[in-house]
Amino acid sequence: MVNETLAGISYNFVVSATAVYALALFAYVAEWAFGARSRVGRTVPELVMAGGGDAAVGGVGGDTNAEAPLSADGPGPDGVPAPDAAGVDRAERLGRIGVSLTVLAAGLHLAGVLTRGLSVGRVPWGNMYEFVTAGTLVVVLVYLALLRRFDARWLGLFVTMPVLLALGAAVTVLYVDAGQLMPALHSVWLVIHVAAAVIASGCFTVGAVLTLLYLGLDLRARRGLGPAYIGARRLPDPDVIDRLAYRVFAFAFPIWTFAVIAGAIWAENAWGRYWGWDPKETWSFITWVVFAGYLHARVTAGWKGRAAAMIALVGIGCLLFNLFGVNIWIIGKHSYAKM
Amino acid sequence: MTTISSGRTAEAPTVAPDLPDRTPPRLPELGPLELLRWMWRQLTSMRVALILLFLLALAAVPGSVIPQTPQNPAAVRDFVAAHPDAAPWLQRLGLFNVFGSIWFAAIYLLLFMSLIGCFVPRSWQHAAALRAQPPATPRNLSRLPGYRTFRTTAEPVSVVAAAGQALRRARFRVVAEPGTVRAEKGYLRDTGNLLFHLAVLGLLVAFAAGKMYGFRGSALVVEGDGFTNTVTQYDTLTPGRMLDPDQLSPFTLKLADFSARYLEAGPQRGQPADFAAVVDFSREPGAPMQTARIRVNHPLELGGVKIFLGAHGYAPVVTVRDADGAIVFHGAVPFIRQEPTSLASGGVIKVPDAVPEQLGFDGFFLPTAAFDPNLGPISTFPAALNPRLVLTGWRGDLGLDAGIPQSVYRLDTRKLTQLRAGSDAAAGPWRTALAPGQRAKLPGGLGSITFDGYREWVNLDIAKDPGRLPALASAALALLGLLLSLSIRRRRVWVRASADEAGRTVVELGALARTEAPGLDGEVDRLAARLRERLGVADGDGGSDRVLGTGTDLPVRDRD
Repeated sequence: MVNETLAGISYNFVVSATAVYALALFAYVAEWAFGARSRVGRTVPELVMAGGGDAAVGGVGGDTNAEAPLSADGPGPDGVPAPDAAGVDRAERLGRIGVSLTVLAAGLHLAGVLTRGLSVGRVPWGNMYEFVTAGTLVVVLVYLALLRRFDARWLGLFVTMPVLLALGAAVTVLYVDAGQLMPALHSVWLVIHVAAAVIASGCFTVGAVLTLLYLGLDLRARRGLGPAYIGARRLPDPDVIDRLAYRVFAFAFPIWTFAVIAGAIWAENAWGRYWGWDPKETWSFITWVVFAGYLHARVTAGWKGRAAAMIALVGIGCLLFNLFGVNIWIIGKHSYAKM
Repeated sequence: MTTISSGRTAEAPTVAPDLPDRTPPRLPELGPLELLRWMWRQLTSMRVALILLFLLALAAVPGSVIPQTPQNPAAVRDFVAAHPDAAPWLQRLGLFNVFGSIWFAAIYLLLFMSLIGCFVPRSWQHAAALRAQPPATPRNLSRLPGYRTFRTTAEPVSVVAAAGQALRRARFRVVAEPGTVRAEKGYLRDTGNLLFHLAVLGLLVAFAAGKMYGFRGSALVVEGDGFTNTVTQYDTLTPGRMLDPDQLSPFTLKLADFSARYLEAGPQRGQPADFAAVVDFSREPGAPMQTARIRVNHPLELGGVKIFLGAHGYAPVVTVRDADGAIVFHGAVPFIRQEPTSLASGGVIKVPDAVPEQLGFDGFFLPTAAFDPNLGPISTFPAALNPRLVLTGWRGDLGLDAGIPQSVYRLDTRKLTQLRAGSDAAAGPWRTALAPGQRAKLPGGLGSITFDGYREWVNLDIAKDPGRLPALASAALALLGLLLSLSIRRRRVWVRASADEAGRTVVELGALARTEAPGLDGEVDRLAARLRERLGVADGDGGSDRVLGTGTDLPVRDRD
């Protein structure tokens, strides 16, 4: 039976996490605004190149000065005066506040998901509210993993925005009380199939954020606007972001494939057929085919780069439609996943 | 990359870019054979394959938006009724059965032809590559993206030996020659790539075969009744084209009990908690009877045929006596649920043997009856806590003798007269609400009807799909192939050792990946470090590497 107290605690955790993500977003925005390249960042490389260093692109963790080269591009092309070191410090501090708040929010978020699961005595991804809270948690965890490995703090701003939007929608529009599931969902495959779908969806979302960033930076580069900065740190080149997006998609795609296969096994057990072109199945098939197209396009002359990126965005569109559109507007065998 | 594409004609050059052919194309006249060849080359080109892939995705969209006959025939009927102008066109275009339509089949068959046209030559290439040795060391290693160099006092011979050993230990395919080592690794990438595409092909074949040799059907069975696996016992049956309907596995079963549990309290009150059916079955005539429990997600499997629980409902048991007092009907009549949450169900009872006139009843079974001032009798809970049978009656000709098949859930009232509550014309329709065990007298001395009780019924969905295990195996192999082709990088490493003027040995390492290879830099670094450690670094050259870096990757964060 449902533990209402725990369910209430879970809701409070998720709402708190949403609030802290909002604060994190403020910090990232502040880093961007107050460490603005126009005033502060543009000549940072001059300051730090004195320390020398290898050909690194993008920021490197640790302290700002001396051993941490921010970029290898030298002074800005239009020779805007050097920013003061205080501006750099301020931007760095704000960025780190953003990261700290993101970590804190992720902790609350995780607690919210766990307590939701404990309150109903099952895995916490049985309806849309739970799917979105779990999926956004995956998005944040992937961001934190990238942060750890590549010091990808520049992603913070772009990841917290959609997470905040999705969680905001989850706690307001999508929220349903903690409850028992339909008998059709009493299956070990709920754990496996939906977990894989949640993880893949979260990874795809991060890939989409990177792809949008790639397209924006690519546009900027083609307009001859020079490198982009967040705070004192230079964003990686568009190509580097594109390759990172590919790696995220290439990680997510087999998980999505597995989710579809697991769903088929479950469907065979529950409905007597492993594939019946139910709307949910159809859209996961469409999503799969579009991302397969993306992976092919990446190695095809004339398609790689922007065209492939657009395909990936179409794929994300299909994924989101499958999650929201199919649940809300189309009646099928997955209708119990409704709000 | 991931895909089979690397062999396609439009592929981006990765290792050794051919010079583009700049001569203006001559356009010879195409004979029929050349035309075919041209079409084949187009079909197997990556560009066309990509277009077909997107067409396939696009073609699937209407199948999810417009109701589909195989999935939901009732929704199609409603849609046709609601859109009388558009429906015939949609019908003509096959949009009510997208996934069975010719144009959908055309897309995926072209796609698979394209795949085969690419797969076969690529398999030969890969088979040759598997037997081939790593290519010769390039003259100028420093042009390669992953380049390292240092000087050592060790002899070139021992450099080659050490490099060969280190590379072999890293499971490279190694050829050592005087002064140089060439090595290659990651052949499994292309193996996985080919495996994936072959497995997808296998999946299609298994899917098609399963449809052709299998069947799907459903039968409504009331508690206490039996079912024999023959064509006539099914309410609906969709046999595969290659299935002999007389060769269905000859099992019989009896529905001993069906039970549904519902949440009794809380905001989700009335939501089903569990369904279970107990069946006694025998695999073939004469075989011993066995008992099994069927639950949602836990079907019963009998000789490759799986039996699932579908919809369920109530079948009130009634006894009808006619004007003479003779029992002219006794039995359980399945009522179809009208409201999924409360299980209020509707149905009809036909009594053709009644004298002097045939009798018919229609009405509702309310599992937990209550009276709503606005709606009248309703059901408030799906379990039969307070069952009532609410009926109105008809007399006259049921129309059963006309030879036209009739729905058992509907009365043909054209030749029937509704029973009235009184004798005068102003009297309203006769109506009764019975609790179990109660009997109601029919007006005008036509007899009586008794509500003896109820039984539950369940729709058994019965399916056979001999393609499901091959399909599962294909899917698993496809996933394996996908993982191999996405995670493994095919890369080559060369090491050259040559003497410089000072009598030291210059060691050069070069590495090249056929595709984007994050981590190749690190791999070359580790190899260089190991060689330095093994061979020692000459004085005055502490390994001032000229690192170009592959330049393809984000810098990995330093962790200290």
